Amino acid sequence: MFWFLEILKATLAAIAVFTFLAVVGAMLGVYLERKISGWMQSRLGPKHVGPQGLLQTVADTVKLLQKENIIPANADALTFNIAPLMAVVAGLLAWVIIPFGPAFGRIVVARDINIGLLFFIAMGSLIVIAVLLGGWSSNNKYSLLGGFRSASQMISYEIPLALAVMVPIMMAGTLSTVGIVGIQQGGFLGVGNWLIFGGPFPWWMTIVTVPAFVMFLTAAMAEVNRVPFDLPEAESELVAGYFSEYTGMRFALFQLGEYAESFAMAGLAAVLFLGGWHGPGLPGIVWFVLKLFALVFVLMWVRWTYPRLRLDQLLNLSWKGLVPLGFVLVLVTGWLLV
Amino acid sequence: MGELAVFIVLAVLTLVPAAVVVTTGNLVRAAMSLIPSFLGVTGLFVLLQAEFVAGIQILIYAGAIAVLILFVIMLTQGGTGLSIRQVNEQRLVGLLVAGGLAVALGVMLVRTPWPRSAGTLPASNVAAVGNAFLTDFILAFEISSLVLLASLVGALVIARREQ
Repeated sequence: MFWFLEILKATLAAIAVFTFLAVVGAMLGVYLERKISGWMQSRLGPKHVGPQGLLQTVADTVKLLQKENIIPANADALTFNIAPLMAVVAGLLAWVIIPFGPAFGRIVVARDINIGLLFFIAMGSLIVIAVLLGGWSSNNKYSLLGGFRSASQMISYEIPLALAVMVPIMMAGTLSTVGIVGIQQGGFLGVGNWLIFGGPFPWWMTIVTVPAFVMFLTAAMAEVNRVPFDLPEAESELVAGYFSEYTGMRFALFQLGEYAESFAMAGLAAVLFLGGWHGPGLPGIVWFVLKLFALVFVLMWVRWTYPRLRLDQLLNLSWKGLVPLGFVLVLVTGWLLV
Repeated sequence: MGELAVFIVLAVLTLVPAAVVVTTGNLVRAAMSLIPSFLGVTGLFVLLQAEFVAGIQILIYAGAIAVLILFVIMLTQGGTGLSIRQVNEQRLVGLLVAGGLAVALGVMLVRTPWPRSAGTLPASNVAAVGNAFLTDFILAFEISSLVLLASLVGALVIARREQ
């Protein structure tokens, strides 16, 4: 009967992780985004709903739930309905391998798959299909164009993402996230062994890890269609890109998938480069959450600092800039490690 | 017992969309049905404890080849809507060829002496594949890299010439 129990455990863990993410990622993340972008623009964010505007996202969700679900006249209904579901499921499944920290004697992670990072990148590439199907099935030229642009942007940035992730993999010798965090423990003041400071190798390893970290964050921003890479969703160019025709809860599901994926990217950057749950003093999970939200703040900060990149500038940055840089980084890491 | 149940579920997940792929008249539905078929094959790889191949299967097949097929269909159907349904006027010939192939494969499967005991699993899947690529199968590895490079350059040349 063990197989039945294992499936039950896996299902419950998935439900727990997804619920936690829907609350934290979507609600808190959207609230933080609006508040922080407000402060950066010298205005206050949401203030009225609940104390300090904390219930704003709840109010938004209730509003979206009661909207009419419109399917365009000649749209392919099955594809139209499947696309947001695929986006959400792929975005949330990426959280399966992210470890939170030690608690009750074991590491809190949904499943420490031994090909963890490969699984993460595969989930990122499944979202491309959801975007393409969403854009095509809306029976709308602007949605189709937005879908193509978004899909080509996402597949262009998968390569720098994978190459940037190669550097911690080569330094740790394992694809498992718990293994990569494992080599980052101890060190000077509790932070010395973080990979961004060179890991357990001498300081000159930072010549590869710092560019790899920056490349990972850039590719992550492009993968989740955040500014400055959000041309596919720009209101002034393409109405709303591939989700122009989506109303109500399906629109909210696309956004949820994007937010879950951007939090997952920030979480993975914290795990790969910033030492996961290691740090002096505070318990592991607190450190991980601090790093996660610090990186999310950096993502939001970049959003309101840089102007939007045009599509050809965006693709040039990937193919002519980040891909050769990624190859050079992998070569230099291999040479330095031997 | 559990493995048999999982195998049956995965086999249904692989075969039913595959049947939809070859019988439906709607091109995009056919391309979409490839994806659950690929995911079923991923599950079968995991069942065989080949996790690296399973991860690569999702990454390459579902994440790149399916996307490529969808791009091609959407770019060449004139943008929106499907004006051309797929019709098949050669069902009998197709059935005969598929039947012949099935008989040949069945005979081969039945006559091959499959080894009864499984081999030993390497300690690390990824390391074993990497080592095999760079020692035993290095020629195949390098030649496939060259073939991919040639196809990439060829695609760029064709795309550029159309402007």
